[in-house]
Amino acid sequence: MPVITYRQALNDALRAELTRDKSVILLGEEIGIFEGSYKITAGLLDEFGPERVLDTPIAEEGFVGAAIGAAMLGMRPVVEIMTLNFSLIAMDQIVNHAAKIYGMFGGQTPVPLVIRMPGGGGQQLAATHSQNLEVWFAHVPGLKVVAPATPADAKALLLAAIRDNDPVIFLENLSLYNTKGEVPDGDDVAEIGKAAVAREGTDLTVISYSRATTVALEVARQLAGEGISIEVVDLRSLRPLDRETVCASVRKTSRAVVLEDDWLSYGVGAEISATLMEGAFDYLDAPVRRVAAAEVPLPYAKPLERAALPDANDLIKVIRELLDATSFSPPAAGTAGTST
Amino acid sequence: MAERRKSAAARGKEPAAPAKTGDSGHFPADEPPERLLGYYADMVLIRKFELSADQMYKRAKIGGYCHLNLGEEATVVGLMDALQPSDYLFTNYRDHGYALMRGMTPGAVMAELFGKSTGVSKGRGGSMHMFDTATRMMGGYGIVGGQLPPATGAALALTYRSRPGPDAEVVMCQMGDGTTNIGAFHESLNLAAVWNLPIVYVIVNNRLGMGTTVEAAAGEPELYKRGCSYRIPGERVDGTDVVAVREGAGRALDRARLERKPALLEVMSYRLRGHSVVDPARYRSAADVETAQAADPLPLLRRRLLAAGLMDEARAQDIESEADKKVAAAVAFADSSPDPTPDQLFDYAYASPVANAAHALPGDPAVVIP
Repeated sequence: MPVITYRQALNDALRAELTRDKSVILLGEEIGIFEGSYKITAGLLDEFGPERVLDTPIAEEGFVGAAIGAAMLGMRPVVEIMTLNFSLIAMDQIVNHAAKIYGMFGGQTPVPLVIRMPGGGGQQLAATHSQNLEVWFAHVPGLKVVAPATPADAKALLLAAIRDNDPVIFLENLSLYNTKGEVPDGDDVAEIGKAAVAREGTDLTVISYSRATTVALEVARQLAGEGISIEVVDLRSLRPLDRETVCASVRKTSRAVVLEDDWLSYGVGAEISATLMEGAFDYLDAPVRRVAAAEVPLPYAKPLERAALPDANDLIKVIRELLDATSFSPPAAGTAGTST
Repeated sequence: MAERRKSAAARGKEPAAPAKTGDSGHFPADEPPERLLGYYADMVLIRKFELSADQMYKRAKIGGYCHLNLGEEATVVGLMDALQPSDYLFTNYRDHGYALMRGMTPGAVMAELFGKSTGVSKGRGGSMHMFDTATRMMGGYGIVGGQLPPATGAALALTYRSRPGPDAEVVMCQMGDGTTNIGAFHESLNLAAVWNLPIVYVIVNNRLGMGTTVEAAAGEPELYKRGCSYRIPGERVDGTDVVAVREGAGRALDRARLERKPALLEVMSYRLRGHSVVDPARYRSAADVETAQAADPLPLLRRRLLAAGLMDEARAQDIESEADKKVAAAVAFADSSPDPTPDQLFDYAYASPVANAAHALPGDPAVVIP
């Protein structure tokens, strides 16, 4: 299986869909001649022309809304918002229109729209350009929200999102674009709404998504060397949320940590914790722990930025605290954990 | 609906200068009398329908917000007669008359107001959200300015499937005067200009955004000029004159249809009542109310038709009692229609089925323990 970057996987998926379906069009700022701020659309203007790859003015509310209207008339627009932070300018169109039009008009017109955007901190972009606002979207019925962690999922979920008849918020993360992984060549389409057990384990479950999943997998590999068997549940879809896969894992491991890039209060971890209270309360050996971003506007200075964002060391610390609190003693070192 | 108009260009008419408001006096010589009577019947139907909606609201048959087209009947009928059946319409929340003139039945529109499953949006939308795929009314929208970007995108979609020409599909996007101050208005006009989209933006200027006058809210209160910075030509027409509205709309639509370029039309109109049915409009001066009542398009057209000998008193009363019957039937239909039932709550949650969709009612657990 070819090994490609997350960026290339997205580019491949867009190219495949533009080729397969004439109603697919791309819209966004600088996605054509400039080839995209993060080069996700590189080469596509040359290949498909300006009628399929539309450079827009700097007008997020306008072009996101225009994509909604085009979708109502049967097109399948894929919008790139340069970074998730700029989606705030388009929130009326996303929340009051894209999410409402199918249901509010009694199912008369679907809105087959994809809005792709990268979020995430750690690039010294300071407070307004480093946010993880996934729960703003995941809170809203009518939207579907996916956040792939791997190049394979990036391609498979983007194919699924473009073929879906509902508005799909497709969350990317700046730090994932250069990550590599095996990606099947063909038409491997994911199922939106399903989490994945990214790594099987028996002692503790880490629940995560997007960039955090790559951190969780790295930590799981590291702790396996100490005989600690970590299961990683990669949510992939934040709306709908695959609560059953999360609960089934924790019923098995009895310990749960959520690793999330958003802010702690009212975050994804809060929703997962409540889910586990309902679906795995009797199986838990200790309260669910959350590892999330510090609740500040993210500073520019590297030491402050580093301190604010959750990383592998934070996760390891919390895992150890949870294991200690539940009197965990590892079996013989080096035997735990299998990667899937 | 009266007989559909032919394009003004096809009939060799030249665009006119912006019109002043007021009673235009006499009808164009080539205007078929039956069409004018049709307009009167359409306007009477809207008037009676809206008065009935007002009553039904006060009897708590209708809930939520309810904005009426009272005083705007000539505007609505003129605009809608200029459209072809193949054109698409997006409107704001003051949308009942547009729904009726686009061809939705009074019963289905009233049923939507009543929140019944037989309503045009199956009772999901209510007063502000009339929608009908068959007649290409792509929705009334409750958020000021919300309809403009989607309408603009609908016009973009049309460029992929039809060429400019007399049969080309176009989009009409209606809005109120207050909408011209919101960002979505400017972003949409800019997109329509740079992409050469077949769309007509129609500003129904009833002189009040809720209680705020146009002069207090708009840096350029001659709203038809607000397309200038996007090189979109604008025209102002008298919204109390149904023929003037139709002709102005026709010129704008021709530009969209034949040249595939956006146009802006400002229709000077009056709101006879408050912003919505619950607004007593105490902020209006006696003089303003008097002006609005003097410009009421219904008695104006009635008098003109009688004076021109195109309609006698008996015919007028026939038309009016016919409208009464239609509205009474609409209310009866709405009243006797079934309510949607709670087991239908999650219908239309998503167009594509999806794994793990949330279907919990208040108090239900999100997870069922096996």
